[in-house]
Amino acid sequence: MKIKTLALATALAALGTAGLAEPLKVGMITTLSGGGAGLGIDVRDGFMLAVKQSGNTDIEVVIEDDQRKPDIAVQLADKMIQSEKVDVMTGIIWSNLAMAVIPSATAQGKIYLSPNAGPSALAGKGCHENYFNVAWQNDNLHEAAGAHATSEGYKNTFILAPNYPAGVDALTGFKGQYKGELSGELLTKLGQTDYASEIAQIRASGADSVFFFLPGGMGISFLKQYADSGIDLPVVGPAFSFDQGILQAVGDAALGVRNTSQWSKDIDNATNKAFVESFQAEYDRLPSLYASQGFDTANLLLSAMGKASVKDADAFRAALKEADFASTRGDFKFGNNNHPIQDIYVREVIKEGDVFTNKIVGVALEGHGDVYAQDCKM
Amino acid sequence: MSLLLLAEQVLNGLQFGIMLFLMAAGLTLVFGVMGLINLAHGSLFMVGAFAAAAVAGATGSFVLALIAALAAAAAAGALVEVLVIRRLYAREHLDQVLATFALILIFSESTRWLFGSFPLFLNIPEALSGPVTLPGGIQYSLYRLTLIAIGLAVAFGLFLLISRTRLGIQIRAGESDREMIAALGVDISKLYTIVFALGAALAGLAGALVGAIQSVQVGMGEPVLILAFVVIVIGGIGSIKGALVGAILVGLTDTLGGLLLPLFFGLFMDNAAATSTGSALASMSIYILMAIVLVVKPSGLYGAKA
Repeated sequence: MKIKTLALATALAALGTAGLAEPLKVGMITTLSGGGAGLGIDVRDGFMLAVKQSGNTDIEVVIEDDQRKPDIAVQLADKMIQSEKVDVMTGIIWSNLAMAVIPSATAQGKIYLSPNAGPSALAGKGCHENYFNVAWQNDNLHEAAGAHATSEGYKNTFILAPNYPAGVDALTGFKGQYKGELSGELLTKLGQTDYASEIAQIRASGADSVFFFLPGGMGISFLKQYADSGIDLPVVGPAFSFDQGILQAVGDAALGVRNTSQWSKDIDNATNKAFVESFQAEYDRLPSLYASQGFDTANLLLSAMGKASVKDADAFRAALKEADFASTRGDFKFGNNNHPIQDIYVREVIKEGDVFTNKIVGVALEGHGDVYAQDCKM
Repeated sequence: MSLLLLAEQVLNGLQFGIMLFLMAAGLTLVFGVMGLINLAHGSLFMVGAFAAAAVAGATGSFVLALIAALAAAAAAGALVEVLVIRRLYAREHLDQVLATFALILIFSESTRWLFGSFPLFLNIPEALSGPVTLPGGIQYSLYRLTLIAIGLAVAFGLFLLISRTRLGIQIRAGESDREMIAALGVDISKLYTIVFALGAALAGLAGALVGAIQSVQVGMGEPVLILAFVVIVIGGIGSIKGALVGAILVGLTDTLGGLLLPLFFGLFMDNAAATSTGSALASMSIYILMAIVLVVKPSGLYGAKA
């Protein structure tokens, strides 16, 4: 009799949780080869670390390399939706790839969680109930840089960015929050590696500070050449040119540079401390902001899995929207357009022993959303 | 715009052109002598930069790093010539392009496998860092001045090699008639390996020199490769002199175009529109230059009559 009751109780308990223990398949398309591979590898490693730590065996992750090519990303997305039958997609680093994949994936009923790219087209009129951005809207860090330049009292900033949509957005974002004059504005070639000409123009312009957005190798080249030029103006930029993967290649040239980021390894909360330690233990390197974004994306997904079944789309979306997870950034919530509302910090590049890294020196924007949210009818 | 800025930009253009010349010289020799289109030339540039960064990191010596870059790129070039390229001479250009494109992928992924996905650190040697003041009050990077000097020295050395040595005679003979010099008893396959390794070493040297002021990362060679092709088309395929003149023309056009075009449009447009139109046209300027040269001289400035 006793055993029967026990069995019944177990069966009931199993029924009760059946909705929650639903297996879930994640399709991750990210950049794992070619020039931008460091970013994708960090997102993947952060994501998988969170999955591993959760001990959740109901989640299955399929990982594919998009080689930073939109056409390949589209093929992979088709494969994941049609033959792998994934429930949730994530992983894309670059905005041009995101624009090629996300609108069609969300239209086919898949949930997409963006761990990096946040193109403005998907934040305003093009927002979608199935699309959640766990990183930032593209303009955010540049707006913070503009706010920081204003609060530092810069009056005559020289600004430059590559000539492509995200670069133009960067300059727009900076100008939106910057109150001083511009001593010059340059759009450089995408992938340019020699900035001698731009640096000469900065020297001749009489600027009192420099803002630049040059992601990846472009930023490394610029900073090394800038340091060698003997110009001694303060530099501000978004975190993309100062993340953990890049700093070691820039070396002393980056020391003291102010940069804006929604994450830093010294944000003081228990989740972040545990994340930085466990990431280092697992992969033997310091995490970057991309790794933190991957980690947060996985934890957001895991939190929603604990609340609702992915088969019940409305409940699952509502569970995601609650953002009921411990973020490495501390406070984190979604705005009406499913983009983050969060603090953006100012960091300074320092040297800890032999390793170049960042420390927080202040908050640039508090509880910051994005300007496109008002256009989103959701 | 001051005269000082213009003078500095001319130096920048010159330096950029000289580095392009080191890339283009190898490319044009290989195309001229063997008739081979080598897309993997940019990978040899990358091999040089990575070898330099690894050796500089281990020993701290920039001179050793440069020697390592030359040796590694030459060795990689010779190896690739013997294993792969040799089988391509008799085939059509499409096969060559496909095979050497495959080599780019193999080089890139092996480099990532060896060195990881993150950019490496290679810096300017202490003795050459910082700016110097030139006559006229121009502040200019000492390292870039050194690059101009090294590049001109290499160009002079190549000129002597081609015009004054036995190897040079064979190379020139190979350019005009491949079958004939084989028939005259020159070991053509050895000559090909030497030419290929020489071109590779120049690319490796350029990679190491430029790597110190840029980012040493996988795929760094491909953007330079495209410009190097533009240079050899302008200069005339197979001509070292053409490569030098073409490279300096491209360097100056690119640098001065980026400076002057936005200013020019600024005369009759508002600032933002002038910047974007000027930048867009500046990116096109070297291709426009190439088109003009090809209209006036279809085989390039110093190319043999087609």
